[in-house]
Amino acid sequence: MTWEEMLPLLGPATLETAAMVGWSTLFTLLLGLPLGVALVVFDRDGLRPLPALKSALGFVVNVGRSLPFIVLMIAIIPFTRLVVGTTIGTAAFVVPLTVGAVPFYARLVETALREVGKDVVQAAQAMGASRTAIVRKVLLPEALPGLVAGLTVTVVALIGYSAMAGTLGGGGLGDLAVRYGYQRFETLLMIVTVVLLLVIVQVLQSLGDWVARRLSHK
Amino acid sequence: MIQASGLRKQYGDTVALDGVDLHVREGEIYGVLGQSGAGKSTLLRCVNLLERPTAGTVTVAGQDLTALGDRELNRARQRIGMIHQHFALLSSRTVAGNVAFPLEIMGVPKAERERRVAELLELVGLEGRGKDRPHQLSGGQKQRVGIARALAGNPSVLLSDEATSALDPGTTQSILALLKRLNTELGLTILLITHEMNVVKSVCDSVAIMSRGRIEESGAIADLIRTPGSRLTREIFPLPEPAPAGSVTLTFTGDPRQPVVSEVVRKFDVDLSILGGSIEDLAGGSVGRLRVVLDGSDRQAALAYLRDCGLIVEEAGEAA
Repeated sequence: MTWEEMLPLLGPATLETAAMVGWSTLFTLLLGLPLGVALVVFDRDGLRPLPALKSALGFVVNVGRSLPFIVLMIAIIPFTRLVVGTTIGTAAFVVPLTVGAVPFYARLVETALREVGKDVVQAAQAMGASRTAIVRKVLLPEALPGLVAGLTVTVVALIGYSAMAGTLGGGGLGDLAVRYGYQRFETLLMIVTVVLLLVIVQVLQSLGDWVARRLSHK
Repeated sequence: MIQASGLRKQYGDTVALDGVDLHVREGEIYGVLGQSGAGKSTLLRCVNLLERPTAGTVTVAGQDLTALGDRELNRARQRIGMIHQHFALLSSRTVAGNVAFPLEIMGVPKAERERRVAELLELVGLEGRGKDRPHQLSGGQKQRVGIARALAGNPSVLLSDEATSALDPGTTQSILALLKRLNTELGLTILLITHEMNVVKSVCDSVAIMSRGRIEESGAIADLIRTPGSRLTREIFPLPEPAPAGSVTLTFTGDPRQPVVSEVVRKFDVDLSILGGSIEDLAGGSVGRLRVVLDGSDRQAALAYLRDCGLIVEEAGEAA
């Protein structure tokens, strides 16, 4: 395979991966962040202790975390059809990616929020801050470096999951590597895909680390 | 200003507070002294209801906090400042941002906030440090930020939770001096808990000594010093206990240069030898305590004379 033949394949595949990962990251953030906050706030020693609710949420999160992605992806096909109307293609693949990543990120959010010192939270309570104010002005800003680091890990995991998109016609770099590198023995394309994925992950991880460091004032 | 009655706090089977009454008068600095585990921290946290007592009531500035709902309690807490052993500053905010935090919670507009923050930083001696981050400051400076933040809402009461325990002795003195100044200048009532007698000696007007969830002794320091056998006096002046048979312990609260001892020896037919003693500067003035052996035919007359001079005379049991 020559470069002229590879480029028309690599370009769209990279964009498909970017689209899948980008959209699912956005939805993961929108759903996983509140879920992570809920896990901390409703905890036994949280701001609003509701242990039953916390246990229920924790159970749902654990179910999501215990399924291997490829199983989860197939298991939720009816749900995917309900949300996007189809089960194949790039857009349809965003649904299992998000469902797989939300519990993952929620746990990372939970861990980051627990790192915030109890004394700071109590100081805010002593100042007469409401629970909402404590979440918005203390927990989230203080945990921001951890939240960013967790999101970086999640994005990298999403890039990994997105390699399975080919099984549902979602396209992307992983699909390209399977169809050409593996099934057609195009070793050069395989190598190029591997290098490309490596570079993307390295750049994203470094960017995430840099942002987290900039936000940290410890 | 602060009135706590019949406070009990239980965690499961552990009793942290076992019926505590506390009365802090307006404008005084009140110290709660005790070892760790004595319950003093729980007591302080019950005053602004960070811990809800199992039984008992807490009244601050005439308002029964235990009767308030969440919203009213938050509003009441905005009028009660609190400073912490480990400062509890937000690392995500600048110094100015930390001081502005309680003002944001109270809904003070931005321009007013900025004006007030500048004023507060000047009050605690941190003018020009507003843009710094807490981690760039020394421990003493961090506590000053904590104090500025605690004063943002013009509180009538300041609660201090071991505020100097993480600081070195020199810094401790400067923070105590600042608290004393705020007490005098702003008429701020301060309730502080500490395990350091030095803190009580330097700034407190009144004290409560706590042990195992109870207050063992409390009152104005000047009164406790004059109470024979008070625990406070024994702790401030560590003389060997029990006093040797036949010895006399003298406590004098007036001018320490008053030459009563030499007068007694001159006026009466007694011999006097000193076993031990010291003079301490307390917030209310100097106090001395001296243990002596006094022998001679005029012993009783000499002791009566000392009592007349205003000294507190405690006689140990007679030699067997």
